[in-house]
This record gives sequence, C-alpha cells and structure tokens, in this order.
Amino acid sequence: MDLAYSPEEHAFREEVRSFIRAELPPEIHAKMAAAVELSKDDYVAWQHKLNKRGWLAPNWPVKYGGTGWTVVQKHIFDEEMALGGAPRQMPFGVSMVAPVIIEFGNDEQRGYYLPRILNSDDWWCQGYSEPEAGSDLASLKTRAERDGDHYVINGQKTWITLAQFANMIFVLARTDPSAKRQEGISFILVDMTTPGVTVRPIVTIDGGKEINEVIFENVRVPVSCRVGNENEGWTYAKFLLEHERNGTAGVAGSFQLLERLRTVAREHRFDGKTMLDDETFTKRMAAVEIELTALSYAQMRSLAAESSGKRPGPESSFIKITGTEIQQAITTLMMEASAYDALDPADHNALWYFNMRKTSIYAGSNEIQRNIIAKRILGL
Amino acid sequence: MDFTLSSDQAMIKDSVDRFVADNYEQRQRAELVASQDGFSREHWAQFASLGWLGIAFPEERGGFGGSPVETMIIAEAFGRGLVLEPFVPSVVLGGTALAYGGTSKAHHDLLEAMIGGEKLLTFAYAEERSRYDYGLIETQARADGDDLVVTGKKLAVPFAAAADTYVVTVRTSGGKRDPDGVTVLLVDRDMAGVTRTDYRTVDDRRASTVTFDGVRVPKANVLGETGKGLPLVERIIDAGIGAVAAEAVGNTSVLLRRTVEYLKTRKQFGVPIGSFQALQHRAVDMLIATELARSITFYGTMALADDSSAAERMKALSATKVQIARSGRVVGESAIQLHGGIGMSEEYVIGHYFKRISMIELEFGDSDFHLGRYVALGKQLAGAHSNGEARGAAHASPAEAVARA
Repeated sequence: MDLAYSPEEHAFREEVRSFIRAELPPEIHAKMAAAVELSKDDYVAWQHKLNKRGWLAPNWPVKYGGTGWTVVQKHIFDEEMALGGAPRQMPFGVSMVAPVIIEFGNDEQRGYYLPRILNSDDWWCQGYSEPEAGSDLASLKTRAERDGDHYVINGQKTWITLAQFANMIFVLARTDPSAKRQEGISFILVDMTTPGVTVRPIVTIDGGKEINEVIFENVRVPVSCRVGNENEGWTYAKFLLEHERNGTAGVAGSFQLLERLRTVAREHRFDGKTMLDDETFTKRMAAVEIELTALSYAQMRSLAAESSGKRPGPESSFIKITGTEIQQAITTLMMEASAYDALDPADHNALWYFNMRKTSIYAGSNEIQRNIIAKRILGL
Repeated sequence: MDFTLSSDQAMIKDSVDRFVADNYEQRQRAELVASQDGFSREHWAQFASLGWLGIAFPEERGGFGGSPVETMIIAEAFGRGLVLEPFVPSVVLGGTALAYGGTSKAHHDLLEAMIGGEKLLTFAYAEERSRYDYGLIETQARADGDDLVVTGKKLAVPFAAAADTYVVTVRTSGGKRDPDGVTVLLVDRDMAGVTRTDYRTVDDRRASTVTFDGVRVPKANVLGETGKGLPLVERIIDAGIGAVAAEAVGNTSVLLRRTVEYLKTRKQFGVPIGSFQALQHRAVDMLIATELARSITFYGTMALADDSSAAERMKALSATKVQIARSGRVVGESAIQLHGGIGMSEEYVIGHYFKRISMIELEFGDSDFHLGRYVALGKQLAGAHSNGEARGAAHASPAEAVARA
C-alpha cells in the first residue's frame, strides 16, 4: 500500500492540465464559469478535441480506442477536467451504450458504432423508463414484435435526457410477453430518424427542457440492431446500470459545483462581509467538501478493485447514493447563499436546487440503491 | 498510489489480527480493564519483541523505516479488538514527539527505549480553559538557571499513571494563545511536584488530571526549539488523529458486521428483523458511513506521509477527523438502535465499541473544532496561492489563522 501520488502521476496531472488550458475554447470555458447551458455544438466541439488527443473514451479497451490508463490516472483526469472547467462527459454513448456493445455486441456492431461514438457522428440517448415502469423497470411494456428481419416497436419511453440532441436511442423492449418479467426483454439500438419515432419535451420544475418522452409507433428496426441474445436484455441492462451509477455519482463534477458555490457565497454579503466570512455557512460548506473528499477516495478504491478484475458491483450503489446527496447539498447551499436573489429566475440558484432533486431519483432511486446494497452486500 | 497491502504489510496485519484473536476475548479484556494498569505489560513486551512499537520510525532511531501506513494497519486491527494497551499515547504521540523534536542523544535513547518496550510515554496538552485548542496554553515554564520551572494543570492525559515520561506542552513566553512561546517538554512522572488524579474513562481506558507545581525540569528536556514548539505540537496532534481514525475504522467495521449478523438472527413477528426495509436502510447507512470512514483515513494517512506543507497536512487531518466523527456517530448510534434493548446492556459487546468510538470523536478535537480549523486553513492556503507563494511556504502559523477564525 502506497497512498501517495507517484512522480509519474504528478506529471500526468500536469499533462492533463496543460491540455485543458491549451484546448478548451474560451467561449465554452466562459459559459461553464457562468453556469450557462451548453449547446450541442459546444459539447461536440470539445468531444472532437478529446478524441483527437485519444482521450474521449478512457474506459474502453485500448484496441477500441481506450487509453489504457490506471485507475489513478482516470481519477486524476476526471478531477482535472472538472477543476479546469471542461464540459461534463456526456455518458450516453461513451460510458453507457458502448460498454454494452463492447461486452455483448458482435464484431460488426463494434466496428460500426464505436468509431461513430468517437467521432461524435452519433448522439445517443437512453430508452429505459416508461410511464408505468420507473423504479420497477422490469415491468416495462414497450413491445418489439418480430416481423421477418425486423422488429416492430410500439410503446412510450420517458425521462430521456437530451433526446432532442440525439439521433440514436438504446431501447429496452419486450420481445417475449409470455415470459417472466425480467426474461423476455431485449436490448435494441434504434435510429431515431426511423419513421414512427416522436420526441416530445417535458418541462421540468426548474423550467428546464433537457428531458423528453419518446414515442414509438410501428417503428421498424432491423433485427441486426439487437445487442446480444433475444430475451436476455435484462442482463445487459443491469450491466449498464452498474456502469452508469459510478458516473451518476458526479464526484468530479461536484468539485466543480463547489467552486461555483464559493463564487455564489463570495457574491452575497451580509452586514458588510461576504458569506465566505460567515462562520456557520463556511462550516456547512466545509462539511460537504469533506464528505466529497471521502467519497472521491471511496470511488478510487472501488475502481481499483474493478481494475484488478472485478466488474463494478453493488458498491457502485453506495457511491451513487452519497454522490447524489452531495450534489443536492451543494445546490441547497447555493440557494441559501443567494437569499432573496434566489426568487429571481435570472439568479439560477433556486433553479439549480430544483433541478438537482432529480439526482436521487434517476439511475435507480436512492431507495432502490439501498435495497440493492441490503440484499447484495449485506445479505439481508 | 496503490491500495493493496504489500506482503510485509499483509504479514503485519495478520500477526496483529492473530494477537487480537488470541488475547482479546471479551472475558480476557474485562480482566485487563480491572487490572492495576488497565492493560497488560506482557502484551506490551510482546508488541516490542514483534517490532510493532518501532515499525513507523526511521531505522537510525531503532525503528524499521515504515510509514504512517503501518501505523494505520496496526491501529485499525487494535480498533477491531478494542485493544487497551497504550499504543497511541506511547508510540504515536510520544514517539512522534521524539522522532520530530528529538535533538540530543538522550532524546534518541529515550525513543529507542520506548521502541524496545522499556519506557512508556504519553502526551499532555489539554487544559481546563483550552477545550481542544492545543495552541491555547496556560501551563507556564519559567527559566531558572539550567532549569525550566513548570506550573499548571493538564487534563485527560492518557495512561499517565503507567507512563514513565510525559510530553508536555508549556508556555515559555507570550500570552496564552501566542503561537510564539509554545515549548514541548519532557517531564518524568516521578519528578518532584508532579501529582495526579487517576481515573478509569467511560470507555474503560485510563487517564489522569496531572498537576505541575513548580516542577524543576532540565532545559535539556526541551524537544525542538524553546518557544518554537507549535509546529511540533501540530505534528503530534495530526499523527494522533491519523491513528485514532484508523482505530475508528476498526471499530466501525465490527459494529457493522455484528449488527448485520444480529439483524439476520434476531426474530420478531415471526421473521428475522433484517427483513424489514426500515432496518435494512439504516444498516445500509452504516455501511456507507464505514466506507467513507475508511476512505478518509487513507486520505489522512497519505497526508501524514507527505512533508511538503504543514498547512495542507493539517487541513487533510481535520477533514479526516470530521468525517470520522460523523461516520462514528452514524455507525455507533445505529448499532445500538438496531440491537434494541440488548445494545444497552453492559454485558453485551456492542456497547463497548459504541463507547470507544464516541470518545474517539472527542480526542484531538471534535467535529466543530476541526471544521473551524479546516475552514481557517483553507482560507490561509487560498490566500497563499493567490499571492503566488509556494505551497510549502504557507505553514508559517496555521494556529494563528485558526485563532483568528
């Protein structure tokens, strides 16, 4: 056990830092600093920079374009990207669908989809939840009926983040309605330009338009777009969720959010001094920062275990729980620091707080995560 | 960075675990609690012969050239067994004081004697009006010829009845919270004018209130430099935090394991109570708190091993102490609650772990104190960075920053 960063790791940190300094477009950096929403073009522009450097998909096997980094290098990379104000990595292609395609897809799928993800030719979104299938995802009803070389998909998916940017969606659909709940589900890749696909925005309580519902009406998809075996999609879905959880913990992003909180606190004054000089407030900020520090080490430990051969398991559930609670705590403090300014939508800080309520709900609610840990780690 | 134990480290862990399994059955422990010293001198001699007392010290001081990682491994295993021997007071606190503040052959000899098991040390810093603030010192040491004459009172000195020599924080000049004028001094238990009130602590350890009434101590007993001892005090406190954090990790892992076992075996309403979701979720929160405690202890241990900036180190150890306090509360209180009535029973082991982890929360400063220290150091470091100073230059007087905050 050696708990210090090696000279090579320090050098790697410097390399990442200077890359960001040299390559992050100033207009994107300014938007990030001002907490302004990024456009699709902004994301894509940054993805091109990362891809050119070979750093877009650190988690992939090297032969498909991964970096071969150690766990510690990945951790340093995430940390520096967040602290350097780089846009967050869009997970849907690189870290959600790609690992499933790599693990369970065929060579043809790997050869076609993976380069398109690296080149930002495709923007993916996730077709999991349905109006009647939330935490109880296995009760999903969307049907994919076989018709020769095609599936015909009918149903409704919901809570789909940035579907308005996407041209591809991965869908969990029932291919055998007579089978037990978890059996009879398949994992299908759908081109959203196919006739019968409709995207409708859902406005959220913060006024945001980042989530959508996607309706499928007699959408014909070639059978070759199914990943893995028919009726075994649930296994792949769970695999993806475990990968997703580590990402949804948002550990590196929370360090970025803390910087923003500091800015908000500095801009708000009480009786001649800023909230950064308010003892109670700064202690509350410190408490969150400390828990985040602990979590970032917990995540590194979990990833280290993973790199020594274990795939991400139930421990990713606790990282998701704590990470999302921290995201919520930071935005709560941002709203509180703003005081009456928060009433004005232009202030954004109450809106951030509203928006972050989603984090303990999505990717399997935190209560579901506790059930998973109770069952699979504690054996209760 | 590497989270796996080296083969040497794994051997240490195995041998400490074996010692605990062989010697710390609940009944054996109860006998030690009731004994004269409150621990076993035989065990202590065994620790010395196994090399555990010197493992983290440099080889030229009779140690084995290990690092804070080895201390962490031993302290965690001791925490799992609720071991009573004064490892933290003598080795971690006393040993750090001598290793970092020793200037003479006599000091080096004392460290070697401690490592060899012949001498026991302890650390005396807390005072009636200082709470946890180690920089607020009213115990006076007045120069008189070749001696310092010490007058004052120290609280909660661990195992002072058994320790041969005390590392004492005194004021040789300045007002009660001046960073300058703090001196670290070796005072023997048996010197004239040293009196003690001994007691058994609520977590079954030993401690004393120690009064110094005109105690004449040779100036040669000063560790480090007279009047410039505050950074040494900070180093000792931080080493103590690292060790009790690891001990707390040992405590939490046992509290969690035993609570989960209980949830699986205890039946009410005809089913194991672990089948109830309300209790499951509370047990999961114990697991999360345990994992965070372990993770922050790695972070604190890493900071202890890094000598580049005292302020960065102190900030990391404050973070460690805050998280340990929070995790300890969650795990300790939930363990009692989930055990129900049996958790309140003196005969049952769970309450003893709860008491220990609750007292660790107070040792070297509680959560509120360390949140304050963390914030003050953060401001100081941010100021130093924005002034373009080197990171290492920021540690001139962290205590001053803390005092101002």
